[in-house]
Amino acid sequence: MEKGIWGFTILIVCSLASRTEGLGMDQNRQILGFRGNAGDALDDDPVGRLKVFVYELPSKYNVDLVKRDPRCLTHMFAAEIFMHRFLLSSPVRTLDSEEADWFYVPVYPTCDLTKDGLPLPFRSPRMMRSAIQLIASEWPHWNKTEGADHFFVVPHDFGACFHYQEETAVERGILPLLRRATLVQTFGQKNHVCLKEGSIVIPPYASPQRMHAHLLPPDIPRSIFIYFRGLLHDGMNDPEGCYYARGARASLWLNFKNNPIFDISTEHPSTYYEDMQRSIFCLCPLGWAPWSPRLVEAVVFGCIPVVIADDIVLPFADTIPWTDIAVFVAEKDIVRLDTILTSMPTEIILRKQRLLANPLIKLAVSFPQPSRPGDAFHQILNGLARKLPHGSSVYLQPGQKVLNWTAGSVEDTYPWEK
Amino acid sequence: MKQSAVQQSNRRAYPRSSAGDGGGVAAPADGSVFKSPGVIFWPAFHVLCCLVSAAAGFRFSRLLFLLLFSPLAPSSSSSSFPRQHLRLPLVRQQPATALPSLLPPPAVLPPPPPPNSKSLASSRVVVGRHGIRVRPWPHPDPAEVARAHEILARVQQEQRLQYGVKDPRPILVVTPTYARTFQALHLTGLLHSLMLVPHPLTWLVVEAGGLSNETSAILSSSLVPVLQLPFREQMPVVWSDRHRLEARMRLYALRVIRERRLDGIVLFADDSNVHTMELFDEIQKVEWMGAVSVGILAHSAAPETPSRKQQREGDKENSHLPIQGPACNSSGHLIGWHTFNSLPYAKKAAIFVGEGVIVLPSKLEWSGFVINSRLLWKEAEGKPNWVRDLDDVGINGEEIESPLDLLKDATLVEPLGNCGKKVMLWWLRAEARYDSKFPTRWVIDPRLEIIVPAKRTPWPEAPPDLMFQQMADDEEHTREHVSKKSKSSRSKNSYRKKKKREANVNTQVSDLSIADVK
Repeated sequence: MEKGIWGFTILIVCSLASRTEGLGMDQNRQILGFRGNAGDALDDDPVGRLKVFVYELPSKYNVDLVKRDPRCLTHMFAAEIFMHRFLLSSPVRTLDSEEADWFYVPVYPTCDLTKDGLPLPFRSPRMMRSAIQLIASEWPHWNKTEGADHFFVVPHDFGACFHYQEETAVERGILPLLRRATLVQTFGQKNHVCLKEGSIVIPPYASPQRMHAHLLPPDIPRSIFIYFRGLLHDGMNDPEGCYYARGARASLWLNFKNNPIFDISTEHPSTYYEDMQRSIFCLCPLGWAPWSPRLVEAVVFGCIPVVIADDIVLPFADTIPWTDIAVFVAEKDIVRLDTILTSMPTEIILRKQRLLANPLIKLAVSFPQPSRPGDAFHQILNGLARKLPHGSSVYLQPGQKVLNWTAGSVEDTYPWEK
Repeated sequence: MKQSAVQQSNRRAYPRSSAGDGGGVAAPADGSVFKSPGVIFWPAFHVLCCLVSAAAGFRFSRLLFLLLFSPLAPSSSSSSFPRQHLRLPLVRQQPATALPSLLPPPAVLPPPPPPNSKSLASSRVVVGRHGIRVRPWPHPDPAEVARAHEILARVQQEQRLQYGVKDPRPILVVTPTYARTFQALHLTGLLHSLMLVPHPLTWLVVEAGGLSNETSAILSSSLVPVLQLPFREQMPVVWSDRHRLEARMRLYALRVIRERRLDGIVLFADDSNVHTMELFDEIQKVEWMGAVSVGILAHSAAPETPSRKQQREGDKENSHLPIQGPACNSSGHLIGWHTFNSLPYAKKAAIFVGEGVIVLPSKLEWSGFVINSRLLWKEAEGKPNWVRDLDDVGINGEEIESPLDLLKDATLVEPLGNCGKKVMLWWLRAEARYDSKFPTRWVIDPRLEIIVPAKRTPWPEAPPDLMFQQMADDEEHTREHVSKKSKSSRSKNSYRKKKKREANVNTQVSDLSIADVK
């Protein structure tokens, strides 16, 4: 009995010792990879795991829009154009629609820009509707599933809600015709109407050539603690200041404009990219929408992103370990942002920087041309591949109709003139 | 970036039909809707109210609500407007809207939309109007600022570890010096530069004229280990002789390194030169002997003379900084040397130390070379055979002008700093006259406490024993008056005054005799 107790305690002590020793070794080791499985999925290769059929739509839906306004190639919504180009020459593309797992509809709904370069979303629903009517009438695949095995790239502010203002977008909801399709979008917020179950959240487009042109050698010492450049008050659309960014950006300014460790302003310096490479933390607060290219730029330049957007869903959240890389601050904690960031243990900051230095992550959030294995295009395909094989609810009985083609606002049913 | 930022700023500039109430539906009402009069009424009312707001210049709906609804409990009104969420301010909000923010939020004038069942119940984040949180004391906390700087230092250290020089070799800095007026200026600058170097360092200071208190005083505050080597000869007054003596002093230091088998990279840092920190990282790359480019600041000490102005116009084409250093061909191999062209200045160069004209450097300055100390040892592993033995150098009156004389084959020197394209140190010589005096260790002892009034001040001639009292009383006045005149005139006057008063003035007034001043 006594011997049993002794043996038991010795066993417990040994197991504890081995565990702590393991932890200690873990910490001492240079952690360049990730714990767990999250990081491994980054270099999955989608080729061979899925087949995508690209519909051949008339050029008025895609190519002509870009010809008319080439600014679409450089703004933050350009992912829809580059995804199309990528798929056209990708090995996952199949020309035989019968063997395809996924169908891609190449429309560029965001390529309708104002004089200032802002996308107008008012005709986008009509364009979508027109495109879907076309594919439903010319190919049999839409009617088989009512779009459940089709995917669309909708990188606009609130995805397929097609509006830039959140209240209106929420009212409209996701376009009824797209309710069964898989949406590849930049917008992501938990429990939000405009983020459908099964959507793939992708990073916004930031020009890789431009970013690489401003790359500095990594031994330039990081001398800025917290960095932010961008709008802090939207005087034109929100003169009071209580709507834009849910008051978060205005709060940042009022609390920290005099703080020497914060370098925040609304200026547009030409050294914006270089300054990010000289900073430890880059703030990524929400604006009118919770996402912005700032996150991508911070990741590429090795600056720890400080995400201030409640309930945001970050791109490729199932493969990129955002909690290990970024810092999340609740909007109600903005007033304590300086305390939060300065009280972070140095080891954690260094660890985040080491993880950010991983080239796989930088590649996963960028859209390089030509495409490289592991980049955002491939992550999108991986996401689609993970949803295979399609469940039984995807396929409908012949003649069965689930979607309501007359639902939604009346303006959306008007013909798209072009 | 500009574009996208501008985009963000302007993005909803366009179809804002309502001037006042934000949050309203802004989609352009294209296509009139003729459903029922009730549906027309609300938009029309909305338009009317907008026009009134535009005319009045503020959102009069807030005023209405203030007057009509303030006695009501806020909960009842807020329940009928569930979409608009109000966070009561912790301290304050935007000052312009302080009043309305305390009210239940004004509804948009079209009827309140039905409680939005579409916005899911479990979402914590609510769309609509939010307060702007400002904490009661939005100023930096110094402890946090200090902590942030600690983090910055640690991150930079980590960057150096990861991307900087790995396994840095110790550096042996050889500096010839001697005690003179400008020594404190130059040596302190060099001292601080060396203290900033992140690599292990040993400083060999060779002093002409033996060890002196001056040099020891300056070097006593050094945090890097210093080896003071006395050199028996005195520093000559003629520049050319001085360059030769400095070369001998450096050779002496090299011999010490050889005797003691000190390990590291030898850098020749003259006390008046200026070095960048990148230099110390760059020299870590040297294998046996390397050369860097030196910027020559020959004009530094010279005042602006008419001849110099002409000269400046003359060499407008060569207005670049003259640089001494390795010259490479396109494939990065050493093919020659850039040296200083001293012909234009031949007649105007300084001969004596401290003359107010330009000082010329020698053809190739020692400071542009770095040597691996193992090259100097008697025996070292892998020591190349194109180097002369140090014992054979400099004997029998041989003049060593540059470290190239230590080699048998000068073509094997490695060019550093991107093949000499990057200038990481500057040569300059700025000296006072060789016979100029300065206070010992720059301490004026005893201190200048007593200010003897000059003749021009309005102080009356006071008897000596009352002088202190008067000065103690009128100390502020004295300072004010004194500051009006230039310092030199005051010192001159006081000196003259003192000479005059020497007979009258009490011994309490300490005499700042010239004898004490070196």
